[in-house]
Amino acid sequence: MMASSYNAKDEDGHHPGSVGSGGPGAVKSKKPDNTAFKQQRLPAWQPILTAGTVLPAFFMIGLIFIPIGIGLLVTSNNIKEFEVRAVAIATSYCVIRALCSYTAPRTKDFSNVFMYYGLSNFYQNHRRYVKSRDDSQLNGDKSSLLNPSKECEPYRTSDKKSIAPCGAIANSLFNDTLELFYIHPNGSRIAIHLVKTGIAWWTDKHVKFRNPGENNNNLSIVFQDTSKPVNWRKPVYELDPSDPDNNGFINEDFIVWMRTAALPTFRKLYRIIQKKKDNMTPTLPPGNYSLEVIYNYPVRSFDGRKRMILSTISWMGGKNPFLGIAYITVGSVCFFLGVVLLIIHHKYGNRNNNADIPN
Amino acid sequence: TFCKRVRANDREYNEKFQYASNCIMTSKYNIITFLAVNLFEQFQEVANTYFLFLLILQLIPQISSLSWFTTIVPLVLVLSITAVKDATDDYFRHKSDNQVNNRQSQVLIGGILQKEKWMNVRVGDIIKLENNQFVAADLLLLSSSEPHGLCYIETAELDGETNMKVRQSLSVTSELGDPNNLAQFDGEVVCEPPNNKLDRFCGTLYWKDCKYPLSNQNMLLRGCVLRNTESCYGLVIFAGPDTKLMQNSGRTKFKRTSIDRLMNTLVLWIFGFLVCMGVILAIGNAVWEKEVGALFQSFLPWDPPVDNFLFSAFLSFWSYVIILNTVVPISLYVSVEVIRLGHSYFINWDRRMFCSRSNTAAEARTTTLNEELGQVEYIFSDKTGTLTQNIMTFNKCSINGHTYGEEQHMARVQALDFSAWNPLAARDFCFYDQSLLDAVMEGEPAVHEFFRVLSLCHTVMSEEKSEGELLYKAQSPDEGALVTAARNFGFVFRSRTPGTVTTQELGKAVTYTLLAILDFNNIRKRMSVIVRNPEGRIRLYCKGADTVLFERLHSCNHELMNVTSDHLNEYAGDGLRTLAVAYRDLSEEQWEEWSEHFRGADKATDCRDDRLAAAYEEIEQYMMLLGATAIEDKLQEGVPETIAILSLANIKIWVLTGDKQETAVNIGYSCKMLTDDMTEIFIVNGHTVQSVREELRYNGDVCPSKCPPSQAPPPSLLESISGEFALIISGHSLAHALEADMEREFLETACACRAVICCRVTPLQKALVVELVKRHKKAVTLAIGDGANDVSMIKTAHIGVGISGQEGIQAVLASDYSFSQFRFLQRLLLVHGRWSYLRMCRFLCYFFYKNFAFTMVHFWFGFFCGFSAQTVYDQYFITLYNIVYTSLPVLAMGIFDQDVPEQRSLEYPKLYEPGQLNLLFNKREFFICIAQGIYTSVVLFFIPYGVLSHATQSNGVPLADYQTFAVTTATALVIVVSVQIALDTGYWTAINHFFIWGSLGTYFTILFAMHSSILFNIFPKQFHFLGSAHNTLGQPVVWLTIALATVICIAPVLAFRFLKLDLKPQLSDTKKRKPGASGSTLGRLGRGGSRRSGYAFAHQEGFGELITSGKNMRLSSLALATFASRHSSSWIDTLQKVILNSFNISQYTVFTFFMN
Repeated sequence: MMASSYNAKDEDGHHPGSVGSGGPGAVKSKKPDNTAFKQQRLPAWQPILTAGTVLPAFFMIGLIFIPIGIGLLVTSNNIKEFEVRAVAIATSYCVIRALCSYTAPRTKDFSNVFMYYGLSNFYQNHRRYVKSRDDSQLNGDKSSLLNPSKECEPYRTSDKKSIAPCGAIANSLFNDTLELFYIHPNGSRIAIHLVKTGIAWWTDKHVKFRNPGENNNNLSIVFQDTSKPVNWRKPVYELDPSDPDNNGFINEDFIVWMRTAALPTFRKLYRIIQKKKDNMTPTLPPGNYSLEVIYNYPVRSFDGRKRMILSTISWMGGKNPFLGIAYITVGSVCFFLGVVLLIIHHKYGNRNNNADIPN
Repeated sequence: TFCKRVRANDREYNEKFQYASNCIMTSKYNIITFLAVNLFEQFQEVANTYFLFLLILQLIPQISSLSWFTTIVPLVLVLSITAVKDATDDYFRHKSDNQVNNRQSQVLIGGILQKEKWMNVRVGDIIKLENNQFVAADLLLLSSSEPHGLCYIETAELDGETNMKVRQSLSVTSELGDPNNLAQFDGEVVCEPPNNKLDRFCGTLYWKDCKYPLSNQNMLLRGCVLRNTESCYGLVIFAGPDTKLMQNSGRTKFKRTSIDRLMNTLVLWIFGFLVCMGVILAIGNAVWEKEVGALFQSFLPWDPPVDNFLFSAFLSFWSYVIILNTVVPISLYVSVEVIRLGHSYFINWDRRMFCSRSNTAAEARTTTLNEELGQVEYIFSDKTGTLTQNIMTFNKCSINGHTYGEEQHMARVQALDFSAWNPLAARDFCFYDQSLLDAVMEGEPAVHEFFRVLSLCHTVMSEEKSEGELLYKAQSPDEGALVTAARNFGFVFRSRTPGTVTTQELGKAVTYTLLAILDFNNIRKRMSVIVRNPEGRIRLYCKGADTVLFERLHSCNHELMNVTSDHLNEYAGDGLRTLAVAYRDLSEEQWEEWSEHFRGADKATDCRDDRLAAAYEEIEQYMMLLGATAIEDKLQEGVPETIAILSLANIKIWVLTGDKQETAVNIGYSCKMLTDDMTEIFIVNGHTVQSVREELRYNGDVCPSKCPPSQAPPPSLLESISGEFALIISGHSLAHALEADMEREFLETACACRAVICCRVTPLQKALVVELVKRHKKAVTLAIGDGANDVSMIKTAHIGVGISGQEGIQAVLASDYSFSQFRFLQRLLLVHGRWSYLRMCRFLCYFFYKNFAFTMVHFWFGFFCGFSAQTVYDQYFITLYNIVYTSLPVLAMGIFDQDVPEQRSLEYPKLYEPGQLNLLFNKREFFICIAQGIYTSVVLFFIPYGVLSHATQSNGVPLADYQTFAVTTATALVIVVSVQIALDTGYWTAINHFFIWGSLGTYFTILFAMHSSILFNIFPKQFHFLGSAHNTLGQPVVWLTIALATVICIAPVLAFRFLKLDLKPQLSDTKKRKPGASGSTLGRLGRGGSRRSGYAFAHQEGFGELITSGKNMRLSSLALATFASRHSSSWIDTLQKVILNSFNISQYTVFTFFMN
């Protein structure tokens, strides 16, 4: 930058209007204010890492974490979980009725049992996948229903009609049907009642997802100018014709699917097996069960895997040994570190901090 | 080489050469070009271009992994603030240019004087200047209103010298008195092309078929002020940008701190790192798309333009560049500026750097250099006005073997009251020894004769406005002090004519006939006068350097000489400037004989000087010693202490002064830079390349610690050996020493010395010395000075400090920091500088850490999301993380942190060392921070991964959905970095508490607000994280995860820091708690007793001649006018200061009236 320096300076210094209020008596002292802030003397707490604070902290962490870890591990181990890996039955995209029999979980739990389906190698967290939805449409917005967001491409329109619900997420809705039968020792199969509501977040069900058309109960009219997603067998208003509160966009299976998973291996809540009212018989009595899968959902093509999981729940959720083990490990390491630091401190430590300045 | 031709009064002829007009332009923009040029300039900043580039990337939908507003908001903010700042600066430049260009001058056009604006003055014009006017361009002096074509100028704006200089026109042109004759003048000047040498001009005037050589003595340069001269005429030789003033104002470099440069390097590295990450992830993307994505097409087809995995990988690279760019967010640059601004305010607010006498507070004029203050290794100081007050006081004297003036040291004795006894006494003169006054009263002849010498032997002019109100105009302050001393002790110098000196001796007026002045010069180191007293006795009075004078004494003085010599040693040990005083009685015959000689020498045409000197030498023999004087060159307050503390802080101080060697050495002693303990003081004084080289070589050989500058020895070693050497080099030797082939040698010798004093150096040489050290030592340099002659070095050094509150403000305008006392330097460096450095380093460490911890999570997530550049966090979190959630705590730390209290850092100057060695933030520290950040990011991703992939809510809903994961990770991140800043903060003020807790609070508040149904209902598309905060943070598992991640992140850091503190505590750690032991380190102020000559005339040769010729008899009457005019112009200084203050022209160049 060129900064040839030149400063205008008048030769005749007799201008009456000098700076400020003029007059030598009115010279204000420019002495800075004597405030703690300006003089950098604000009262302050100066924490110092000393043996007296650091070592107890490590022991404390150890002492707190180990019991928590043990508690978590015990809780987790008490949870019964039963997993069925889908057998490779289907090879092509067709409907096959799969019948499988399993020796069921010998659970004696009296609480609800949760039924999950799991998918692996399914990238619900892919950027293009995640953004391919129109929340405004799902919230019942009329204009978005007919003119979905561009983010939904290429699942935005089909046959010159807008797709409802649009986007790749909706299009790939999991549509296998799972049914569980108790095989009575006498050989008869008793269908287990699976509750299909209460599986989604309350906010999703009641705020985020809303059917268009306000109170119009006839969803087929509301959705008449739209097209079903290309992969779907049936339009959105036929997802659960039996229950108007679980149909259309507020179908809970749909909502659960739309809550994309963070990782490529995930499980989603499918059904709830409610505990018996009498609290005397276990929710799922020991015995043999048969799982029937109506196999609609193709995963073979991308090397995906399906699972079905039955699990009970504790205060901390489902079975999760990782957390307990991690707590025990970290707690132990901290404790150990504390001991090591203590030894080092006692042997080599500069306890008096009497390092003199080398002058 | 003479290629410039100027013909007087012939515009047409001169126009052929297309010389520059007298219009100057320092502004950069005009209204039309402003936007374009300014934006262009701003985008030359790499950072700005980089963010612009990111912004463009984000606008491409296939790439955009983040919304565009994450980048544009900060970018626009930064650009517009800078633009406004630039515009304001340039406006003032325009204003200043206009004012200068529109000044009026009187130009002789067609024989008539016409008013013309400065910018319309052309080369070849003849212009008229009046008293106290600024010279409009570089002029050849043609004629003057004063006799002999003399005129007086003040060159303070050019070279900082406040004494007046004489310029004389050629005798042929000085006869052209009036405008009519001048209008006929058609001489042609042929001279050298424009250059920046202030003291040199070579040219020839061709007029009426004659050749007249021209020298600098005939030139009036732009920037000078005409003084004591009614008017003069000059021929414009160089105009506008060609003038020496403008030629000296080179490009000002934008000063950057070493941290800045390091930061830029690191940012480049990070950028490289970012590209590497991008490439890795892009390769991952290619593999994934080929192996998995291609098969996944039924659920997730490629976006239309993408048709194969390679293209997808290419796009994914850019997408990752976008999301990973937060490793270097734009807020880094903004935060750094804010912190520096804060530190600058602390400097401005510091009461302990406020001088109540001049009512000036310290001022950080540049806000970008603060942390560099904590790394200074070399200080280059001016002497006069910086180390000294440029006030001489008559302090002690030795008369006839008796020393006077000792009492002053013993107790606070009342200063003598002269006024009662002597109505002509000067009021501000202080002397404390009653016995001297008694001796005068008692009529001791030696004492009387002593003061008589002082009252007669000088070149001072007196001015008596009214009876008894004497004003002395002394060439040098030393002489002024001596004459004033004589005045107060009853020997009042009242007036002089070319042939007489009138004094009032103890109330009785006496007129001496002045027979001759044997003038002072550098080699003679003495001056004498020969006077005839009213009784008709002829006496020679002499004063001069003791070494010179003692050689010329009558042998009978031997005993007295020894006693006086002891006294002189004593005075010298106190750092006083000494002079010996002697007389010689001359008989009438001796005088006649000698004056014959003298006239012969005076009239000689060849070797006149030598012959005169020989004549002087002849008469200055067999003198009788009277005694010696000791003058104190008053140091600024606290200078020795400051220098002692700074050198304990391992800062080397070089004094660069325009003063003479003796004066400089003297000051070196009095401010304890030079001590008698020093083994050797090298003096380099050679005039030729060879001799300088030899002297330097010799010194280099003697000095054992000569070390290659590339590898600095450990400081302790350096200190132990370099304590014993000092180097004194004079300007003409320096000119050779600074040549390319010798500069290394010079530097090596100089750096091995504890003290370096360069005397008789020009402003340019000052800058060159600074530049030399800057270039070869890779050390931070600081230059401090007060005058316009220091501007060049102030601008060259990494940090320029101006002493404010004095007459000129050029130095202040050019400086980065200004305050009014040299001693404030210790506070500026050891307290403010040290803290600034510490804070900036801690800030940068933390800042890089937190952004790596934040950003690298995306990298790990990339492996699980098909390398699709999906962000881990909500986009609002990404936007706000750097601006809101984590900015204020680290800013508070960067502004308020203190490791040790301020007193401690002054008590233990060694605490300054980490800054000089660059220990707190360097590449190693940077990598540690980065490693810690990456470690944290690993923990922050994999702990939630491990926990959440299996966990469910207590109602059975899995926790592994994307939004829960995002909220958990983000919350863990905010908590971890908050705990980390809490660990890093060493000084928890209420503000730190407020910011740290407030940031956490803000995070949760904003999180819940963003995830609330209210916002979702308004913008369903924008706030799709509805309910996540609630659902996630209500789960105990999530909190257990966060606690786990926090402990895993922090525990190792805690253990590491504890071990470091426990096993290898730094000085600052130990001094945190312990009250300071006694500050015993400052007791180095011993008094030595070695012999050295203390002659000190700050004096110019040639004034004796002026007096005897009567040429300057006008001077005294006009001297007062000088004072008056100077006084009245000071309001402009004030005004300028106010303007500059109010616009805080921080990092931008300030326009000074002076050269580079």
